[in-house]
Amino acid sequence: MGLETKPLSTLHERSSYNVADFDVPTGREEEWRFTPLSRLKGLHNGTAAASGTVDVTVDAAPEVTVETVGRDDARIGKAYVPADRISAQAYASFEKATVLTVPREAVASRPSVITLRGSGDGAAYGHIVVKVEAMAEAVVVLDHGGSAVYADNVEFVVGDGATLKVVSLQDWDDDAVHVSHHHAQLAKDATFRSFVVTLGGDVVRLSPSVSYTAPGGDADLTGLYFVDAGQHLEHRLLVEHTVPNCRSNVTYKGALQGEDAHAVWIGDVIIRAEAEGTDTYELNRNLILTDGARADSVPNLEILTGEVAGAGHASASGRLDDEQVFYLQARGIPFDEARRLVIHGFFAQLLEKIEVEEIRERVLAAVEAELAR
Amino acid sequence: MPTLEIRDLHVAVGDKEILRGVDLTVRSGETHAIMGPNGSGKSTLAYALAGHPKYTITSGTVLLDGEDLLEMKVDERARAGLFLAMQYPVEVPGVSVSNFLRSAITAVRGEAPKLREFAKDLKAGMDALSIDPAFAQRNTNEGFSGGEKKRHEILQLELLKPKIAILDETDSGLDVDALRVVSEGINRFRGLDASGADTGSGVDTGVLLITHYTRILRYVKPDFVHVFAAGRIVEEGGPELAEKLENEGYEAYTKASA
Repeated sequence: MGLETKPLSTLHERSSYNVADFDVPTGREEEWRFTPLSRLKGLHNGTAAASGTVDVTVDAAPEVTVETVGRDDARIGKAYVPADRISAQAYASFEKATVLTVPREAVASRPSVITLRGSGDGAAYGHIVVKVEAMAEAVVVLDHGGSAVYADNVEFVVGDGATLKVVSLQDWDDDAVHVSHHHAQLAKDATFRSFVVTLGGDVVRLSPSVSYTAPGGDADLTGLYFVDAGQHLEHRLLVEHTVPNCRSNVTYKGALQGEDAHAVWIGDVIIRAEAEGTDTYELNRNLILTDGARADSVPNLEILTGEVAGAGHASASGRLDDEQVFYLQARGIPFDEARRLVIHGFFAQLLEKIEVEEIRERVLAAVEAELAR
Repeated sequence: MPTLEIRDLHVAVGDKEILRGVDLTVRSGETHAIMGPNGSGKSTLAYALAGHPKYTITSGTVLLDGEDLLEMKVDERARAGLFLAMQYPVEVPGVSVSNFLRSAITAVRGEAPKLREFAKDLKAGMDALSIDPAFAQRNTNEGFSGGEKKRHEILQLELLKPKIAILDETDSGLDVDALRVVSEGINRFRGLDASGADTGSGVDTGVLLITHYTRILRYVKPDFVHVFAAGRIVEEGGPELAEKLENEGYEAYTKASA
């Protein structure tokens, strides 16, 4: 296979708006092999009854326009084409979409918060478009909670020279299932910052992806997850560098505790032949706090050009460092507090990246609550 | 009056016996130097007393103020008044020096220090040890040079004010200036002012100084010197014993124990 042919990855090789273009997954496919299909409540095979509800409410900054639109709205599906069966199912099944627009050169004066609350039995489907026009700036928060079987697609369209910062918090009830795609499309010199926090839910499978339409795009994707007994929390990153001189940085960290706590992190970065001058790095760290927890971490970097500015990846999963705990205990700090400090420290650098203080405080409180379990 | 009493202490790592019957009493107001060749078990003694899980006590007793130290957890030993300045202080990413020290002081004193008082003590302590104030916001020991780590250990010693301080090769890897600064910190803890005069503030503290070299003993004058070889104390004396080691080295002891 030559460099000019489109290639290599067995992942993400297909995209379509049509559910029928994707086979029902069996669990043997590379992209599904980590996911417990039997716990998806039928989202993957068309058996889920669309009888659930996820209410979407938006508290937007005054500079931001909020619309609820029908399926035929021209802005939907422009940046992202579904890349797997559940994503296509969500695209085929949602009834209303939420569209946020930050007008050209507008600077949103406060975060716009999209609250999603699930209730009832059965599946629900959603679609959100966040469009930040040229030179505009905004912070958007997606706050997921309640009980739901929810599949959705979220498109972030970041215009020339625009900046979008997103915080997505998945703190569902214990029985919830959430399968979601977040796609960011970056125009010339666009800046995208994503901060994903996944804490609650039975199964959460979130696939953030980034594409670039022109040089100068800068994407920074950060994730923090805390997996408790029985939970399956999966994050599948894809950054596709197809144009020159763009940057991406992915940092995901998770802690796991309890029987059958399962974290999955897939980090795919593809640098196409034409994407010279790309600068990318991806990192995943897992802190396994108890026996019976499992972390699967698969970084995958495909470089099809010799002209990169930087490209690297790192992945490590390990136990709480006994020497660190000993050092703190040797200064009188009791074990539980020492453990809390070390775990807190593990996440500290990530938390500093959340620039909105009230959100940082809230995430911090959520992490503290996990540590207190 | 705090006393650390070590009686017939045997310690193993895995199946290997490292300490083979150590007897030593450290009373408050005293400074003991333990000297010995590499691999003689000096650091094992330090870490076993602090309660590091890698070391197994196979027999013997250790009492701190009459309390059974070996029954206590690591943090309980520290709260009972034992302090170990480590040869290789551990990096704790994401935990700032300031946060770490405040947590430690809170644990040892049983209540959180007043913020203003803590800030004042921390600044004074860092000034005295020529530590850049910016270190308070850095992650604990992360990216510190060898000398910076040792100063940070002595800063903790001065802030936590333990009853018995074990200093494990605090002098190793220090240049002359750093050695002097660190030694002054130890002497302040011992209640000596810059001229070496006793201020009386060290009457409740004892020091167990573990070292390979006599260099630090020019600054921190010991009352007693113990020579360690093959897991036990093989000779004891006053400061003059250190001078003898300076001139003759450990050869006589390593041969005898081989």
